[in-house]
Amino acid sequence: MKSLFDKIWDEHFVATRSDGLSLIHIDRHVLHDLHAPPAFARLQKSGYPLRRPELTVAVTDHTVSTLPVRDVNSSPQGAEFIAATRAGAARYGITLLDLDHPAQGIVHVVTPELGIALPGGTLACPDSHACTVGGLGTLAFATGTTELVHVLATQTLALRRPRQMRIRLDGILPQHVSAKDLILYLIGHVGSSLARGHAVEFSGPVARALPVEARLTLCNMVTELGGRTGLIAPDDTVFSWLAGRPCVPQGAQWDAALAHWRGLQSDDDAQFDHDLTVDCSGLEPQITWGVDPTHVLPVSGHVPDPAGLDQSAREQLERALDYMGLVPGAPLEGVPIDRVFIGSCTNARLSDLQAAAQIVRGRKVAPGVEAAVVPGSSGVKAEAERLGLDRVFVEAGFEWRSSGCSMCAGLNGDEGRMGERIVSTTNRNFAGRQGAGVRTHLASPAMAAAAALAGHIADVRRYSH
Amino acid sequence: MQRFERVAGAAVPLLQENIDTDQVLPSSYMRGLNPDYAAGFFGTLRKDPAFVLNQPAYRGARILVAGDNFGCGSTREHAVWAMEAFGLRVVVSTSLPEVFRENCVKNGILPLALPAADHSRLAAAVVAAAGRAPFTVDLVTQRIDGPDGFALGFDVPETQRKALLEGLDEIGLTLLAAPALEAYEASAREHRPWQQAFRHPA
Repeated sequence: MKSLFDKIWDEHFVATRSDGLSLIHIDRHVLHDLHAPPAFARLQKSGYPLRRPELTVAVTDHTVSTLPVRDVNSSPQGAEFIAATRAGAARYGITLLDLDHPAQGIVHVVTPELGIALPGGTLACPDSHACTVGGLGTLAFATGTTELVHVLATQTLALRRPRQMRIRLDGILPQHVSAKDLILYLIGHVGSSLARGHAVEFSGPVARALPVEARLTLCNMVTELGGRTGLIAPDDTVFSWLAGRPCVPQGAQWDAALAHWRGLQSDDDAQFDHDLTVDCSGLEPQITWGVDPTHVLPVSGHVPDPAGLDQSAREQLERALDYMGLVPGAPLEGVPIDRVFIGSCTNARLSDLQAAAQIVRGRKVAPGVEAAVVPGSSGVKAEAERLGLDRVFVEAGFEWRSSGCSMCAGLNGDEGRMGERIVSTTNRNFAGRQGAGVRTHLASPAMAAAAALAGHIADVRRYSH
Repeated sequence: MQRFERVAGAAVPLLQENIDTDQVLPSSYMRGLNPDYAAGFFGTLRKDPAFVLNQPAYRGARILVAGDNFGCGSTREHAVWAMEAFGLRVVVSTSLPEVFRENCVKNGILPLALPAADHSRLAAAVVAAAGRAPFTVDLVTQRIDGPDGFALGFDVPETQRKALLEGLDEIGLTLLAAPALEAYEASAREHRPWQQAFRHPA
């Protein structure tokens, strides 16, 4: 009667702490340049040793420059934060994927890519999109600074067992409707409160049919759904994708791990606090229109109209439309844009770049539109260059940049200008997220590519070759 | 973390209700690699020289007597770090939000929720003392003593009392389970070795 979540949680349970919280062992602890420095400082002040340096890895992603040629001084915050991360990693003997390391990249791109995250394992990371690796069947927790220090000192998290939600994805995803469109649709349809604090599992034929990178995209935005963790039961799609990656078990250990992983699914009679079914067959490409990830519509949709809403809802909608500079009732298709950003832990893996390149190939970015591609990792960048994708983008008029979090959080100086309208493959469209006064529309890589070519929000289905 | 047994010092009254953590530590003081949390403590309100915390008698205050629901709003722990950096060791109210209370205990600060009548009595004594005579909060005897024979007993949840008396921050609390943790690691090494070690990127 156990769910997949139950199986992983129970297997990693260490003890009940005297205050009643469960101590859950963390198999992989991954830090990054933004939150590692204060955590190292607090650990040093506490006097506790770092318990398991061999289970700890640090990366540089949030504050790094994405200039094609870069060093530690190329971004405003970079120098300070990267230097402090380097010092802490050296002091505690932790592996660091530094700026110039061939495996450098966005933490949630790198941990699956290298096989650091494994099915049935637990992972902690001080970033709200830690849930991404649920696409491999890894149970991952986002932590704050204090929890980060707690993991460094004890290799555990003290947690309350969450409630659980299952979302069964039925039917078949139409062509040109990607995992990004699907998760945007779910956030718009289910909202961000039903799943609040829940462990979420995606199941059903559509989940089964998703390639691994798409599963990572789907789980990435569980956070925007309000979920605490995301999971998709691992299967041969995942196992064959992982095989041979640099950090996965080898030889007899691989065989033993594989045998263990084959048991990782929810029992038929597992119970969930919420059990939803969604038919994916009629879905369209999606795009956000407002200042919250729940503000989602199909691309054929129209800007919502405040008329007829109660006062509080009307005022809220009017404020959102005012910030976004949108006219009630206007079609979304055709809204002119200024910039396109293809990147982030949501959508900057090789398949994302391939999907965008397929739309862009042989065409040009519309006059007046600035467009950039930031690969999710240096590994993705190298592979994309080997395949000639960089030339496809550059010839079309995109900038081809180095790997990092970039415009998603804007912590490295990459941000939009006041009033710009951006179609972005990131995961948050809050007011000011990508720069003061910047208007963000979240979409899939293919939709972002179509918008770059059209110079306005566009239906990608008109652009496929 | 230091053990908390007894704290003596000036008590400062801040009796408005619903003071939220954004007032306790405005977010502008949280930026950068090494924020000055002491400066950030009520950073915005302290720009007014007349604000109570700017009075010389209260500069070294160790006890804060607050209005109801002190510490509401964002649960960020940084607000408690600001209290700690300023030197406070006790915060007394009629009710305190749960996560705020937990954050206090994690940082060696005693959070007390008193019945309304007791809180009024204490507040009156603190206002009358005006920071010129110390109060003592004793966690061992669970008593507050003050000038002019002021005395008050208080209750505190046993798990919180124990954590503070033993100087257990959260890590200390977890490491009480060290034997179970060691047993877990040994068992996992044997049965699921790929979880307990991995090849790192070169």
